[in-house]
Amino acid sequence: MVDVMHGTPEPLSAAETDDVELYHPKSWVTKYVFSQDAKIIAIQYATVALAIGLVALVLSWLMRLQLGFPGVFSFIDPDRYYQLITMHGMIMVVYLLTALFLGGFGNYLIPLMLGARDMVFPYVNMLSFWIYFLAVLVLVTGFFLPGGPTGAGWTLYPPQAILSNTPGQQWGIIVMLVSLILFIIGFTMGGLNYVVTVLQGRARGMTLMRMPLTIWGIFTATVMALLAFPALFVGAVMMLLDRLIGTSFFMPAIVAMGERLAYKGGSPILFQHLFWFFGHPEVYIVALPAFGIVSDLISTHARKNIFGYRMMVWALVAIGALSFVVWAHHMYVSGMHPSFGFFFATTTLIIAIPTAIKVYNWVLTLWRGDIHFTVPMLFALGFIVTFVNGGLTGLFLGNVVVDVPLSDTMFVVAHFHMVMGVAPILVIFGAIYHWYPKVTGHMLDDRLGKLHFWVTFLGAYLIFFPMHYIGLMGVPRRYHEIGEMAFVPPSAATLNEFITVVALIVGAAQLVFLFNLIWSIRRGRPAGGNPWRATTLEWQTPQTPPAHGNWGKTLPVVYRWAYDYSVPGAAEDFLPQNQPPTPRTG
Amino acid sequence: MGVVLGFMVVVAAVAGWWLSRQRLTAKPWLEVGVIGDTAPPSAPATAKLGLGTFLVVASSLFALLISAYSMRMAMADWRALPMPAVLWFSTGLLMLASLALHIAVVAARCDELGHLRSSLLAAGLCSLAFLAAQLQAWRELAAAGYFSAANPASAFFYLVTAIHGAHMLGGLVALGRTSARAFALPREPGAKALGGITLSVELCAIYWHFLLLVWLVLFSLLMRWTDELIEICRGLLT
Repeated sequence: MVDVMHGTPEPLSAAETDDVELYHPKSWVTKYVFSQDAKIIAIQYATVALAIGLVALVLSWLMRLQLGFPGVFSFIDPDRYYQLITMHGMIMVVYLLTALFLGGFGNYLIPLMLGARDMVFPYVNMLSFWIYFLAVLVLVTGFFLPGGPTGAGWTLYPPQAILSNTPGQQWGIIVMLVSLILFIIGFTMGGLNYVVTVLQGRARGMTLMRMPLTIWGIFTATVMALLAFPALFVGAVMMLLDRLIGTSFFMPAIVAMGERLAYKGGSPILFQHLFWFFGHPEVYIVALPAFGIVSDLISTHARKNIFGYRMMVWALVAIGALSFVVWAHHMYVSGMHPSFGFFFATTTLIIAIPTAIKVYNWVLTLWRGDIHFTVPMLFALGFIVTFVNGGLTGLFLGNVVVDVPLSDTMFVVAHFHMVMGVAPILVIFGAIYHWYPKVTGHMLDDRLGKLHFWVTFLGAYLIFFPMHYIGLMGVPRRYHEIGEMAFVPPSAATLNEFITVVALIVGAAQLVFLFNLIWSIRRGRPAGGNPWRATTLEWQTPQTPPAHGNWGKTLPVVYRWAYDYSVPGAAEDFLPQNQPPTPRTG
Repeated sequence: MGVVLGFMVVVAAVAGWWLSRQRLTAKPWLEVGVIGDTAPPSAPATAKLGLGTFLVVASSLFALLISAYSMRMAMADWRALPMPAVLWFSTGLLMLASLALHIAVVAARCDELGHLRSSLLAAGLCSLAFLAAQLQAWRELAAAGYFSAANPASAFFYLVTAIHGAHMLGGLVALGRTSARAFALPREPGAKALGGITLSVELCAIYWHFLLLVWLVLFSLLMRWTDELIEICRGLLT
């Protein structure tokens, strides 16, 4: 490695890094409940997201029970089934994945990885969490109100979302829309913090091109979310008005249950445009932080610098930009001008290029690396395989002619679960196993972790591979019960039973993880400050878990990029970002 | 969705221009040592950047509303609304409020407490009067039988004015707090005391200029001055 010196290489004295004014909590309540410390807020976000995620997991169990054993569980009637689908989808995509990646990992890692004391607007950051929490509570009230939660499907397409024969039309749809509006307000507050902290809060020497890819992923995803969520906001406000005061933004003149409704002249397609203008970037809002985190996990646990760092950054930005011009590929069957279909198919397929660059770079990082099969690494490897699988079926569905027959089949369900369900969740698990020692000071149990990984990883394949096949046979999604159909052989029913059994087992394996999380807080092996011998700044804090203000008296100064692993000639196989260069002699 | 795509192109262009100045072609693996800025960013720069980011988010919201509005206008059954004349009056009020805040910024920078107080007060009053005029427009339309549900044009009218008004209410909270601080200052303050308030006044002024800009766009859309422009854009896209 060549040392190209810029500026003076001498370590800086403490006086040169001035102290930032920091909010100091005065009581237990302001320290742990209404805390303005990004680390506490991160834990609050993560806890709430995981808790509501568990609810969504149970909902998926119930759905699978119905699909695997139709008619056995009489309490799952068609209405209930639609409610399960809707709540499962919405919770997983918005309230779990988005909140956990950006609110959870974003809050914890941005200040620590960048060498800041906290977010730049801590008070707004605190509000962000509490509004998110309120959004979750409002969402959950849907289960207890008359009529239950909405059963409109997670896409909430009008007109059916607010017609009287859709379950949850009474209250469910209202609380869903209100909850989404709250979520977006809360997210915007957090998102402003993440963006401005990345731009303004970096430690001295931390140039943009020295940031770990985790931060690049979270940063790009946050910018995208800030631009995309307003579309859902507008859609939700307009639909709420349609439902509550009878405007006709999305509702056409319609006859429902033999009765002519007062709506006139609304455009359901308008909602689809607004929804997918948010909905497609949302896929990458979830995927980009996962890409970033996985890059760091692979590099750390293969003891090798990330291959093609610059290309990785450019690819993240390119994917972020492209994801805004592909939304109508979710609407091929809604009816559109053929040349629009061509345009959106082309942009969709172009995204495969930067994505493929990333996959190659991960694989090349592994090549001749010193791979440690730690639990975080297993999850990271599992992610690469799963993401490639899900991505390839995405290439099928991105083409109009292939999409039209496959649209609304279980193939689509299998595709998006692989690519934006299982893949990001694997990263979340990997990231939790990786950073848990920093958060608590204790390691998660390794054997339980490996058990959790193998059951989840293999189980996910046993669930979703057969589901592709069922979809290719033409079994439609969103059906409570398909009954006897000429084109569906009886083996489909057997496969469905198999999938259900596996899904129950995989779900139960998550309880092992939950147990591990709680048990290891006190009983886990003490971790020390830097158990993975990683280079990034969060592992170099003076205390573990990091104290209020993160860095003690002086802020760290950054001298190198985030991936100095196995540098030839160095004493250790990693050089922390804040380690000054050795002065050259002669 | 042409409007919002256009907006996204502008955002992407600005982001691309900014990124192009961030040494994205650097080879960080070859560079050891301290590089980059030496001075930490100042608090005013951080606050302005925070507000700027929020304004981009809000612009995205309005661009989407305008997109939806123009898509709906293109449908065959669109019936335009007669626009109440009071909207002209409210436009003038918002301009005055924006101007008053501009004067407040100048006064704060020159340490003229008296002028600062009076211009903050004027801005607040003009803004409240603006909201009252908007309410009056709502009432006139309702009285003429155009209440929201009857006609998509009026539904959109109520929606965009309400969202714009909600943004102004949020701004009024900040303006109120800034004014309270200005009026709490002693008669003859030191230069330092005003220094702290200057930033808040500047932020309010930026926000009000933004509200004015958005309102002018919305106003021209509601008054149907932009119909031809939209037609031309649609022609280009299809």
